[in-house]
Amino acid sequence: MSVLVNNDTRLVVQGITGKEGSFHTRQCVEYGTNVVAGVTPGKGGQHMDDIPVFNTVKQAVAQAGANTAMIFVPPAFAADAILEAAEAGIKVIVCITEGIPTLDMVKVARYLEGTDIRLIGPNCPGIISPGQAKVGIMPGQIHQPGPIGVVSRSGTLTYEAVYQLTLQDLGQSTCVGIGGDPIIGTNFIDMLRLFQADPQTSGVVLIGEIGGTAEEEAAAFIKAEVNKPVVAFIAGQTAPPGKRMGHAGAIISGGSGKAADKIAALEAAGITVVRNIGELGAICKKVMGT
Amino acid sequence: MKIHEYQAKQLLKKFNVPIPQGGVATDPHEAYQIAEALGGMTYVVKAQIHAGGRGKGGGVKVAADLNEVRQLAEAILGMTLVTHQTGPEGRVVKKVLVEQALDIKQELYLGIVIDRAQARPVIMMSAAGGMEIEEVAARTPELIVKEAIDPAVGLMPYQTRNLAFGVGLDGALIRTASNFITNLYQMFMAYDCSLVEINPLVVTNGGQLLALDAKVNFDDNALYRHKDLIELEDPNEIDPLELEAKKHNLNYIRLDGTVGAMVNGAGLAMATMDLIKLAGAEPANFLDVGGGASADMITNGFRIILGDPRVKAILINIFGGILRCDVLAQGVLEAVKQVQVQVPIIIRLEGTRCEIGRDLLKDSGLDFTVASDMLDAAHKVAALA
Repeated sequence: MSVLVNNDTRLVVQGITGKEGSFHTRQCVEYGTNVVAGVTPGKGGQHMDDIPVFNTVKQAVAQAGANTAMIFVPPAFAADAILEAAEAGIKVIVCITEGIPTLDMVKVARYLEGTDIRLIGPNCPGIISPGQAKVGIMPGQIHQPGPIGVVSRSGTLTYEAVYQLTLQDLGQSTCVGIGGDPIIGTNFIDMLRLFQADPQTSGVVLIGEIGGTAEEEAAAFIKAEVNKPVVAFIAGQTAPPGKRMGHAGAIISGGSGKAADKIAALEAAGITVVRNIGELGAICKKVMGT
Repeated sequence: MKIHEYQAKQLLKKFNVPIPQGGVATDPHEAYQIAEALGGMTYVVKAQIHAGGRGKGGGVKVAADLNEVRQLAEAILGMTLVTHQTGPEGRVVKKVLVEQALDIKQELYLGIVIDRAQARPVIMMSAAGGMEIEEVAARTPELIVKEAIDPAVGLMPYQTRNLAFGVGLDGALIRTASNFITNLYQMFMAYDCSLVEINPLVVTNGGQLLALDAKVNFDDNALYRHKDLIELEDPNEIDPLELEAKKHNLNYIRLDGTVGAMVNGAGLAMATMDLIKLAGAEPANFLDVGGGASADMITNGFRIILGDPRVKAILINIFGGILRCDVLAQGVLEAVKQVQVQVPIIIRLEGTRCEIGRDLLKDSGLDFTVASDMLDAAHKVAALA
């Protein structure tokens, strides 16, 4: 088992003919992901390598049986791409695009509310179930199949964490980068719920950062609903208030979103919080190793 | 992106949100002329910098006559204003806003933000005007009324009434407040704002509602569709190194320490800053050279980090993913030769082909300290800084 992506994943890549889209599609194919289609409006009928390109996601679903989408289109068109995938019946949508206007995401979030569609991102590295499918831009080779679920707001910091886990021989069930924007489709709680229900996952690594209160909400949820061990790390303990630290969502504003508050909330919920990122793998081994 | 109060008020005016009469001046004589044209009895002279707490810092003064306007403008223009938001170095005031003083009966708070958890705009009002909303939220949360806006239908009139009645307004002021809120919300949506704060929103003895102060921030991601806003950005308000970094598409934020950090990825960059601090040193900056750091990005990164004279050592922390560490190492070598870095460099490479990358650096003949992992890197940097 694993969550959201697996051997049954049939991927359509929106923006497949662009530079990023084609590069990362090839990386996903190389990893073993079943990429069944691409979409670039106006380029229907062409092929990217052996992958058929369609004009619309609707066609990609009807003719190639796509059930999962990965989006690489530029920020100005990304909200449209997400809704196109949703309307075409895709149930797992992974939006890699960085820089989407927040008010566009307000509309997208409203559209998806109450549906069974799962949007991952935007502004995220994607999702991987090691050994099965990679839907994203993460380096596949640092992963290893196993029992640990990883959920993170970051990109390279997630790779760092995964790499340390792999070095400790702690494989991963599924690793998800949920994205660094203020409004994202899938939050910590959504992923924790999935990991809790997944029989392959026996423990969770949660990587948060400054900004918002998602980590505090996750802490309360873990205390109430998760009985698998969780190890957490929060980036940005030294970040100054009022400054956007790279990610659009990583900003301490109006006294909320501070790392110290998040760490306190997690620890109060009985979660092991790693202070020094260099020790993450070793601490996970201690807490979750068998 | 942030703008000045006087610019924010011009936008409010465009959306029929009432503001006090006034104008912006860059010299005392101009300030005098603006006040003269306003007529009236008393005036307010307000320093224009992008920071709160201007009043407490001595940047907002009331003048009893035209000559005092001139004197106050002379005193405020050119002064280094230090507030709790500017840091100890303060900001030099280059412009003042001169306004007619109002006959104030009551001060309220009105703010619009995007609520991340609800994924909706939220309008907040409080009867405790003039106070920071965070302080009100902590001490007297019952004084704050909130309405979340469903983007499918937009702001509804009943919501504006809930807000207006909720802060204790009544009579004819309900309609006035509803119009004020509706117009402000339209501006928020039309310009992709990330924050609008009217604090205080004042009720005059004459029954008017006016925005006595205005703070407007915009979503940087949406600026591409608001070309008219870009000219409102004041380069004087941005750290010159941050401005330079922006030109090269680098995420750089200057901090107060001595250890420069160059990292690929925002999350890892924050974690690296934290690590420097844990090791007993202070980070000099946040710098994210991007997930796929190229030689060009690294060269520019070095230039910007070294633009800060406080930097005594540089820690490069790269996690090589799809971009291989050997390619990165070559990029670093080229950049170091080109920029002629004079401070010690500690470099930590991890991930794809990291051994080859490390060997390249060790064999380069250049003075690198290669760290084996993040812990080791931090200790080596702290020892040097």
